[in-house]
Amino acid sequence: MITTLIEKPSRSIWQRWRWLLWVVVIGALYDWTISGLKFTGLQESAGVVSRSIMAGLVHPQWSYVYDGSGEDLVSLILQTLAIAFLGTIVSAVISVPFAFWAARGDHERFFVRSGSGKVVLTLIRTFPEIVLAIMFIKAVGPGSYAGVLAVSIHSIGMLGKLFSEAIENMNRGPEEAIVSAGGRSGQVFGLATLPTIMPEFFSYTLYRFEIAVRSASILGMVGAGGIGTPMIFAIQTRNWPKVGIILLGIVIMVLLIDSLSEQLRKRLI
Amino acid sequence: MSIPEVPRRSWIQRWHVKGIAVTGLLLVLLVASSRMTGVDVGMFFSNFGQFLNLLVRMSHPAWEYTNVIVQPLLETIQMAILGTTIGAALAVPFAILSASNLIHNRFLRGLTRLFLDLVRTLPDLLLAAIFVAVFGIGSTAGVVTLAIFSFGMVSKLFYEVIETIDMGSLEALTSVGASKVTIIWYAVLPQILNQFVSYFLYTLEINVRASTVLGYLGAGGIGVFLQRSLNEFNYSQTAVIILATLAVVLVIDGISNHLRRVLL
Repeated sequence: MITTLIEKPSRSIWQRWRWLLWVVVIGALYDWTISGLKFTGLQESAGVVSRSIMAGLVHPQWSYVYDGSGEDLVSLILQTLAIAFLGTIVSAVISVPFAFWAARGDHERFFVRSGSGKVVLTLIRTFPEIVLAIMFIKAVGPGSYAGVLAVSIHSIGMLGKLFSEAIENMNRGPEEAIVSAGGRSGQVFGLATLPTIMPEFFSYTLYRFEIAVRSASILGMVGAGGIGTPMIFAIQTRNWPKVGIILLGIVIMVLLIDSLSEQLRKRLI
Repeated sequence: MSIPEVPRRSWIQRWHVKGIAVTGLLLVLLVASSRMTGVDVGMFFSNFGQFLNLLVRMSHPAWEYTNVIVQPLLETIQMAILGTTIGAALAVPFAILSASNLIHNRFLRGLTRLFLDLVRTLPDLLLAAIFVAVFGIGSTAGVVTLAIFSFGMVSKLFYEVIETIDMGSLEALTSVGASKVTIIWYAVLPQILNQFVSYFLYTLEINVRASTVLGYLGAGGIGVFLQRSLNEFNYSQTAVIILATLAVVLVIDGISNHLRRVLL
């Protein structure tokens, strides 16, 4: 019978008490967080308002759904979808060159090209979409056109990043096959690179469309078209039945688009 | 010797019916949506001067404004941390309820998931607009907005993590007669804790970005100043705010990326 015991690995003091450091750090962080926020100044009417919101949600203003004026829920939801669709398509096209710019190459030295591309994409991604919308409103006037421009520019940041990662991780086999058969670089790109990468590009574009639908529905809050404009007016005038029906419309729209896009994406990959 | 047959393509494949149909549909949708949104490419270029002018005014940031916005920036981070924490804490029970390997009651699971799907449909600024109406202008509305927004997102990420765990240790505990709570504490939690923290940090990154614009509708933080500067057409201040936000987002992203790499 073997009676030797396996020695328990000894841990240094640092390893044993490291968790305590984390507790102190996180505790201090939360202490700072909570002390900095002022929870005073809560409206006394909060209860009343939330009750009337609930009442509005339960009894939505059905007459707003469709009245043929072009300012009703259905037309504005369609307009929101149009903003998201157009913006996404435009940004998907613009994103392709950005993606090849930011994709890390195999023979690249110090990653100057791809690094600069990544920085530009990060800058675009971090620029708030709302501010972009306001800037475009200054250029083309309030309306859904400004919304389209804002969505198409802002989406480049994320689509370009996803596309460039797809390019970095793509299968190089087809490209090598065309090169070894004596293909020129244009042929390599058209016959190997694009067909290999396209399904992933489409899939990411669909995914971005889902996000664009959400942002198109709030861009109207600053005047860039879509369902957001009547929404913010209804909230400001405390017209809760109207808020209720608009919320309902947005929820149904987003659910439909999400499930549709999910089905399509499953088929693509 | 049989000659291998050349694979035949059907009529639909030969004439690329599907590809052409999809392209046609996309074109029709494109034209329809550009009509609907009143896109006018010419107008954009004729008014490009104004847009450029705006950019030029933004390219001279008023650096002395930085001192003013330090406090609201910190408030924004505080809002994001608190909102994410509340949202993630609320998300844990819902994530457990909607994980298919822990809850076998299909009806209960479906109901929870439907609820989470509904919560996730609401965009952050829309929630902010409603909560500003409820709680009044201030950071409380922002914290509640971020809590609900991150609740929807985190709960989905969490239950997907739970569904990928190794069931062996659960079976081992079940076979010695452990209670449900014991199983979760000793078999589920150790497997998922790191991923939970990682997703928490990821959500925090997103919330820091989101919280910078929430104030535009009055929900506290740097957004309030963003709106003020835009309303006063003081674009040199807007530029400072955007640059400072960018810096904060990059720092938070860096910290969180580092922590996540250490964790996983």
